[in-house]
Amino acid sequence: MKTSKTVRCMSFLFMFILLFLTTGCADNYIVLDPKGPIGEQQKDLMILSTLLTLIVIVPVLILTFVIVWRYRDRKGRKAKYTPNWEHSTKLEIIWWGIPIIIITLIGIVTVRYTYSLEPSKPLESEKKPITIQVTNLDWKWLFQYPEQGIATVNYVQFPEDVPVRFEVTSDAPMNSFWIPQLGGQIYAMSGMSMTLYLQADEQGEYMGSGANFTGKEFAKMFFTANATSQEDFDQWVNQVKNTSPELTLDGYKELTKQGTSDARYFSAFPEGLYEMTVTKYAASHNHGLSTRVQPPARVKE
Amino acid sequence: MWESVKEFASEFFVTGDPLIYGADVSIVLSMIAIVSVLTYFKKWGWLWREWLTTVDHKKIGIMYILASVLMLFRGGVDALLMRAQLAMPEMQFLSGDHYNQIFTTHGVIMILFMAMPLMFGLFNVIVPLQLGARDVAFPFLNALSFWLFFSGAMLFNLSFVIGGSPDAGWLAYPPYSELAFNPGPGQDFYIWGIQISGIGSLMTGINFIVTILKVRAPGMTLMKMPMFSWSVLSSCIAIVFAFPILTVTLALLFIDRYLGGHFFTLDGGGNPMMYINLIWMWGHPEVYIIVLPAFGIFSEIVATFSRKKLFGYKSMVFAMIIISVLSFLVWAHHFFTMGSGADVNAFFAVTTMLIAIPTGVKVFNWLFTMFRGKITFETPMLWTVGIIPNFVIGGMTGVLLSVAPADFQYHNSYFLVAHFHQVIIAGVVFGFFAGLYYWWPKIFGFKLNERIGRWAFWLWNIGFYLCFMPQYALGLMGMTRRLYTYGWDKGWFEMNLVSTIGAVIMGAAFLVQIWDIAHSIKHMKRDTTGDPWNARTLEWSIPSPAPFYNFAVMPQVTSQDDWHERKLRIEQGLEKPAKVELEPIHMPKNSGIPIVMSMFWFFVGFGLIFDWLWMAVPGFIGVIGCMVVHSFNYDTDYYVTVEEIKRTEAEAGRVIT
Ligand code: HEM
Ligand SMILES: [Cu+2]
Ligand SMILES: [Cu+2]
Repeated sequence: MKTSKTVRCMSFLFMFILLFLTTGCADNYIVLDPKGPIGEQQKDLMILSTLLTLIVIVPVLILTFVIVWRYRDRKGRKAKYTPNWEHSTKLEIIWWGIPIIIITLIGIVTVRYTYSLEPSKPLESEKKPITIQVTNLDWKWLFQYPEQGIATVNYVQFPEDVPVRFEVTSDAPMNSFWIPQLGGQIYAMSGMSMTLYLQADEQGEYMGSGANFTGKEFAKMFFTANATSQEDFDQWVNQVKNTSPELTLDGYKELTKQGTSDARYFSAFPEGLYEMTVTKYAASHNHGLSTRVQPPARVKE
Repeated sequence: MWESVKEFASEFFVTGDPLIYGADVSIVLSMIAIVSVLTYFKKWGWLWREWLTTVDHKKIGIMYILASVLMLFRGGVDALLMRAQLAMPEMQFLSGDHYNQIFTTHGVIMILFMAMPLMFGLFNVIVPLQLGARDVAFPFLNALSFWLFFSGAMLFNLSFVIGGSPDAGWLAYPPYSELAFNPGPGQDFYIWGIQISGIGSLMTGINFIVTILKVRAPGMTLMKMPMFSWSVLSSCIAIVFAFPILTVTLALLFIDRYLGGHFFTLDGGGNPMMYINLIWMWGHPEVYIIVLPAFGIFSEIVATFSRKKLFGYKSMVFAMIIISVLSFLVWAHHFFTMGSGADVNAFFAVTTMLIAIPTGVKVFNWLFTMFRGKITFETPMLWTVGIIPNFVIGGMTGVLLSVAPADFQYHNSYFLVAHFHQVIIAGVVFGFFAGLYYWWPKIFGFKLNERIGRWAFWLWNIGFYLCFMPQYALGLMGMTRRLYTYGWDKGWFEMNLVSTIGAVIMGAAFLVQIWDIAHSIKHMKRDTTGDPWNARTLEWSIPSPAPFYNFAVMPQVTSQDDWHERKLRIEQGLEKPAKVELEPIHMPKNSGIPIVMSMFWFFVGFGLIFDWLWMAVPGFIGVIGCMVVHSFNYDTDYYVTVEEIKRTEAEAGRVIT
């Protein structure tokens, strides 16, 4: 082969680049650096399933290499050649069997975790969960704190070590609400309110994003999820209450207009706004996890 | 008057973007060039008689392949534009709107107008030859399928310069794809481009099922059929069940958009989740529809270049049928995060994993076909061997994604993007490339240059790994798909840059392949044997390129790999080339109806996109008219005389006594 020298050069370069990639910047892998119980278990599951699949994959890769090398046609080859050998029940049972065993194992683990990590299942904790209602708008996230009575845009803060009950809906095309370091995402759909429990075990600012495409400025839908101490959180709530403007119904309508937004804070929001958002799209098709929300008696104008 | 013309034009044509003006100019220039060349060389009649009206499966196959290569170019340019925009944070190359249109057209074109027709091209060129048949079961229908695909594809591509491209992703999830958020004609181009070509795909599926079940050579029982034909059968079964779902789903979306329905809208009780379920009931089988034939191709190539019988024939057949059935039971793995509850997620996670079992078995069978073989590495085999590790890794990440609770973290991220490109590029596209290199001499009568072919192979593979391995990493860094821009603060720069470099290398690889073809045409060495790889199945028993009636005499099949066995018997002197009695051959006549009817379909689609009933209604009447004309046409066949057969065979260097 005439090309082999160039090929060798190219593969060397290629290995070099791979090496460059795999070293350094390890702390960028935020999905593998979770800061909460849900993300933690999801990471364990990712690693476990990777290891289980590698039990098959690595031997197959080695086998491929060995077979291709050993049985290539060349002068003076000593390896056997059996042109009509086409069947072996024993061998076929082995390679139907191995994947079946591995898949059974992964399957059992998966089913178990599917139930235990069900996103609407409350987290075990002595502390009472805090509820945050999330609305996907074009192209920003609105967070409402029904217990504290404040609202924010593209910024969400909550205390560490306290389960957060996110209720998620949409007043725009379907999006997906995702804070990778705390745990997996859930779709934000109109006419439905989805429940997602997450918790931060450590203080810190985490990246949040919209994961499902919703149009022109979808790429600007990042937000900050800030886990702080309980005192800092209480203090922050007070500060927002005292210094920020109120979100009125008109203000909300303004927010639903297409456009991006920086972080914003509101000292109050119209009562029942979230429920109104969910129910205005005729909640005729509840399903699975989405909870039926009662329409508010009256929306404060 | 002039004012209103100007106003119309500025809405009708896409304006304001230098890229698009460039495209306009090049489209017009190449049209002029094509028309003048045809006129200057007086080739219009030839084009019409030999190609546009042909019902010969080999020519139809070539047209499919040609169209798909053009689409690969268009889709590839889309890809490079996207990678250029993502090469660096805060790049100002494409705007959000433009980027969204490009990823949408890229996805649609690559799957529906590149992979599908490339696959249909290979079906057409090879399956009848492998079966020892003179044509497909329904040659007229076959031509119609091609032209429907072609007008669908042209309609879709037109959106680039007229009206504006769709921008809701290759599956057009509502409510974003509904009128409220997507008022322009782009989304309607999507609907009609796919609908029209989809009818063609469905008919091709039916055609090949009937062909495989009904027109095999005498003696070729199903269990003696070559593996590629088996893979085509399993793929076509999936087509026949899956494509009607697509047609209905898009029809409902069209009703929403055109007649103000509320199937999937945000308001009025619409339920977008219903669409997402429906589209994946088609979409998942679709990905297996395109990968199964690639499995068939690997099986043929591995056996030929290992000089050995395919290992575990029965297992292979069984695995493919299971895959094609199972592929209908896994669709919800595309939205584990839609909150359907643990019962649903557990069920679909398990069915998805089950698919990995037969897929894995096939890999083992290929490996053990090579085991104790005598392997040589001509380009088709090189691709096949290169694909194995690639596809194995892609399958592995598929299993990882199917772990439902973990998929909450992978879903919609670049990890997913890397997975499906790995199975689709390194499985499907590379597989079809392998098939093209392998059957090229049968189709065109000469081999492609091996040395340039090896360059293309290495460039494609290196480019592939560089482009997509970093994307797995990006997924784990939390980068979501379909972002048109990202900030410096995210730490995604390095991997994206490498990924873009990989994409550029793949672009270069494509050019090398085009050069390979040009070079091989220029320095063509005719293949006079008809069997340049010393292969095993019937298509290699006739001259290359195959004469228009394929087989001068119907082969009598007695075993699997019949041609290989026959060669052995002749070698051992057990069988003398038999004295044969030639008979006139019954052949279908050409017809202009398929192309005309598809043009009418084009007008139906275009009219409905712009709500011009004055165009859609006559178009529809034209379609019906074509059907009527065809059903009263009894002059559809003729006989090839023995003299002509003798002359044609002699020209191909075969003497028939
Ligand atoms: C071992 C076999 C495979 C398994 C277990 C598997 C599993 C999966 C899963 C679970 C997803 C959804 C991930 C998500 O959206 O979060 C997915 C996506 C996808 N897979 Fe596979 N896969 C396999 C093979 C294939 C093959 C052979 C193809 C194509 C030829 C393919 C094409 C795709 C595509 C196109 C998507 C997603 C496209 C989109 O969302 O736009 N997969 N796969
Ligand atoms: Cu829902
Ligand atoms: Cu799927």
